[in-house]
Amino acid sequence: MNLLLLVLGFPLLGSIILGFIGHRDVAREANVVFSLGTFIASCALTVQVIAEGPLFALNHEFFIDSLNVFMVSLTAFVALTTAVFSRPYMKVEQAHGKMTPSRLRLYHSMYQLFSFTMLMALMTNNMGILWVSMEAATLTTVLLVSVYRTAASLEAAWKYFILCGVGIAQALFGTVLLYMAAEKLIVAESGALLWTSLNAVKGSLDPDIITLAFAFLFIGYGTKVGLVPLHNWLPDAHAEGPTPVSAVLSGLLLNVALYAILRCKVLTDGALHSALASQLMMGFGLLSVVVAAFFLSRQKDVKRMFAYSSIEHMGLITFAFGMGGPIANFAGLLHMTVHSLIKSAIFFTVGHATQKAGTQVMEDIHGLIKVSPAVGWGMMLGSLAILGLPPFGVFASEFLILTTAMREQPWATPFLLLALGVAFASVFARVQPMVFGETTVKALPHPPALIPVFIHLGLGLMLGLYIPPYLSAWYHQAALMLGG
Amino acid sequence: MTAFISQFINLLAAILLMLAFSMLAQRRILSLIYLYTMQGATLVAATAIVGFVTNQPHLYFSAAITLVLKVILIPSLLHRVIDRLNVRWDVEMLINIPMTMLIGIVMVMFSFYLAQPISQMSSTIARGTLGIALACILLSFMMMITRSKAVPQVIGFLSMENGLFFAATAATYGMPMVVELGIALDVLVGILILGVFMFHIREQFDSLDIRHLEKLKED
Repeated sequence: MNLLLLVLGFPLLGSIILGFIGHRDVAREANVVFSLGTFIASCALTVQVIAEGPLFALNHEFFIDSLNVFMVSLTAFVALTTAVFSRPYMKVEQAHGKMTPSRLRLYHSMYQLFSFTMLMALMTNNMGILWVSMEAATLTTVLLVSVYRTAASLEAAWKYFILCGVGIAQALFGTVLLYMAAEKLIVAESGALLWTSLNAVKGSLDPDIITLAFAFLFIGYGTKVGLVPLHNWLPDAHAEGPTPVSAVLSGLLLNVALYAILRCKVLTDGALHSALASQLMMGFGLLSVVVAAFFLSRQKDVKRMFAYSSIEHMGLITFAFGMGGPIANFAGLLHMTVHSLIKSAIFFTVGHATQKAGTQVMEDIHGLIKVSPAVGWGMMLGSLAILGLPPFGVFASEFLILTTAMREQPWATPFLLLALGVAFASVFARVQPMVFGETTVKALPHPPALIPVFIHLGLGLMLGLYIPPYLSAWYHQAALMLGG
Repeated sequence: MTAFISQFINLLAAILLMLAFSMLAQRRILSLIYLYTMQGATLVAATAIVGFVTNQPHLYFSAAITLVLKVILIPSLLHRVIDRLNVRWDVEMLINIPMTMLIGIVMVMFSFYLAQPISQMSSTIARGTLGIALACILLSFMMMITRSKAVPQVIGFLSMENGLFFAATAATYGMPMVVELGIALDVLVGILILGVFMFHIREQFDSLDIRHLEKLKED
């Protein structure tokens, strides 16, 4: 309970304090310190939940169970490493004159507020508050994406706001319907939107209402996951915002939106006794994988390319959860973890690379490895890892997803294999000349933060070779909760 | 008595739908803001009446929040924005008005078809109006699609939120208080951000035409 308040308190306090001092030099360090506090508190919370089982707090408004507790620590961890990465990154941006003191203040304050909304969305038990936090997360990231105030970034932020605003409005309608279905069964005051109460009576929820509610919730939160054809905002928002923001968008926001869908899916499966939720998720997931893979080959901007790769992977995860069953759910959770680690590591290296080259156009970036071997190797290894090469964790989860698909949904296998092949060819062909060859890039005035890159890649590698027993116990427990 | 009240709520719902249609057809930004204010006022009346009949005091609170937010605060913000930006007309529509209205009618039929089986499950006094609420949401959605200027798009967005609010009142007597407060906060912050954005867009492009915002495309 106290730990939970700490997890939420650190980022909230951070955003208020940084709202005042965010432009000072000390703000970059303060940003890291607040994120570190959040991370330590979330680790302690994880330990407590593992030891004592699911945890309620504040009159059942908060609920921590096996599904969300590791996502809380993952979110806090990626937020911490991204804050470490953003320290030298923002110094360079300031030296280039792209960040003025007032923009820097906005950036730091919103960064902490964004962590707060993500953690709130993960830990709340109330489906209404989940919606409110997701919308608040949209608002903070809109400000983060538009922080450079260039024409392109304003366009990206406007598109992001309007598309996600409309999308998430559908989710609110779904939440209203959910409440309507539950109201008759749950009498307790304001208890009818609590996920745990809903879960307890899910068998007797009215199937007609829940069908419509899930359709709206899926479209709404699916927009934020970036599922095709609702993905238009995603590449723009990733490409035009500062790179630390791209890293947290890909690594955290998409995961949390998918988490919201998973919570809704558990309820829907219980109420419907049909495969509607699974079929929707498989359909949209597969479509996203295939479409994103083909868009990958046409990209010129390095951040846009990796944004499409995020759509592809989120599609794959959605597909895995759609298949359901213990193995696919396990693979989906594993893939969520490694994707968020490795994709944010890639964005860290991409951030330094684009600063060195002064452009995001891939054709103009060559020979990173000559100027800074660590950035070059980081990008190369990260790309290989995200493309699913063994021994990285993505290989393990993709292998599990593919073999399950072959057994249970054989029709989908050729599409998946084709998409993964196309993605491999396109991304590798682009990354290879960026890393090797004659160099066009310059050294930076401030040394980049490379420790986060290699910690993330190291963890991604570890998850491919060896999953620690407590982690695998969690995956199994959470997979079971998802109806495995 | 109940039958009369229920008819009265239906009347208010019909007014909401009518306002949504007039917004769809309206070209002047100033009139759009008035229509939006009227929509807010209708919502306040509907919420307060439902609260009175069903003896749900928390609906008075949400009616009060709606009054402050959607009848006073947001319209005056919008007025200030268009005064400062000096945009009063929105001549261009991407589809002509008769066509838009026809599509709108089809959407209303679709929402009634979708909402009918569900509204029968509801036990609230205003259950018949769920279809209208859904129709308002879809009509505002369409308004966002058919406008090429930033301000009408934002008004469409806000009017969609009105439809959602009405849906919550009609189907469930409103969401729990804490959720409603959160939603109100999100809407308020959202409109502030969008307001600031409009100035930035204007500064960058010398216009509020969203068609300038189509540079980021796949080629």
